[in-house]
Amino acid sequence: MALALVIDDSSATRMILARILTELGYSVEKAENGADALHKLSKMAKPELILIDWNMPVMNGYEFLVKARSMAQFDDVTMMMVTTETEIEQVLKALEAGANEYVMKPFTKDVIDEKLSLLGLGAR
Amino acid sequence: MALTPGDFTFLSNYVKNSTAIVLTPDKDYLVESRLNPVARRLGVSNISDLVSKLRANPSPTSEIGMMISEAMTTNETYFFRDVKPFDVLRSELLPQAIERRGSDRSLNIWSGACSSGQEAYSIAMTIKEHFPTLSTWRVRIIGTDISRAMVERTKEGIFSQIEINRGLPAPLLVKYFSKVGSEWKIKGELTSMVDASVMNLAGNWPILPRMDIVLMRNVLIYFDLPTKRAILEKVVRVMAPNASLLLGGSETTMNVTNEFDRVTTGTSFYYRIKGGGASSSSPSIGSTPTFRGTPVAPRAGLR
Repeated sequence: MALALVIDDSSATRMILARILTELGYSVEKAENGADALHKLSKMAKPELILIDWNMPVMNGYEFLVKARSMAQFDDVTMMMVTTETEIEQVLKALEAGANEYVMKPFTKDVIDEKLSLLGLGAR
Repeated sequence: MALTPGDFTFLSNYVKNSTAIVLTPDKDYLVESRLNPVARRLGVSNISDLVSKLRANPSPTSEIGMMISEAMTTNETYFFRDVKPFDVLRSELLPQAIERRGSDRSLNIWSGACSSGQEAYSIAMTIKEHFPTLSTWRVRIIGTDISRAMVERTKEGIFSQIEINRGLPAPLLVKYFSKVGSEWKIKGELTSMVDASVMNLAGNWPILPRMDIVLMRNVLIYFDLPTKRAILEKVVRVMAPNASLLLGGSETTMNVTNEFDRVTTGTSFYYRIKGGGASSSSPSIGSTPTFRGTPVAPRAGLR
């Protein structure tokens, strides 16, 4: 089963995204912020997909993205921002830092599924 | 107030006659949910009174008639819907059409039942991204829909955040859209490629240009068999020799008309008029722009 990591400081959003990804056939790990995610990534199997909130305490999603993309072992991991940031400058900034896709909150299961289909990672 | 059986029968016959959309009795909830907003817009207190008003003026060209017909159409759509048809468009149908039309450097692509325009603009973005040589061609993407409101939305090219979240690759969002307040406006270089107009597929058709590619996806499912057959036989007459037709994933010409051959390509398919003879070569045309640091996005054609 493909593995995904959900990073969001909201436990409700983590739960919703985990449920959606589980329904799409993923096994899901969760982290509360970027630093927590880096710690978990050092211990867990490499995920195929990481969903990243932007605004989080300790280490935000953009900082995590930059850090993770600097690590060669995550080159082939698909990273998608899922955030309340809706300005075009933020979308561009995330893409230039190595995000593969960008979802603006609020979202539905269809939105996540359609974005993953674009990336060739639809329902498993 | 709920619809009476008599009112439902009158409405379903009216909608069938004006749009060919078939409303079976189990769709009473749908009729009520779609017509309540119409009643409110017209200042009518309930659907029963709305039906009375329609009975008094049942012309399909009356304002109330058109509002009811438009309300009963389904406008579900999103950018690059189902992904695979756009892969086929990029890898086969457009290269073949370009080869066929090289002498007159002109292409007509029809988005039938275009709703709010996401399909037409997905075609436009595919062309812009992958076929830069077409910038010197006369390319018309013709979007038609029965709903005046949807046609106006297609012409405006303005989408909500919910709509741009659906199926639109983020690199294309930043490249072709600008944010206006809380909405997103598609750039003029794409709106200028799309001509939108009102057309009832089940009614009399206006004069249409010869189409090189026809997309008529997820619309025939709403019609009965004779209507599907009549529409597809009219589609044949507007298709250029060797043109191609894309239907929705759950739609087929099988048992509807024998005019088409189904062409399977990978896990997707499209249709050609029987005896049209598919072009055998698919020249590689255009470039594929990339974003630094985006390791995958092959299905969106971004890398």
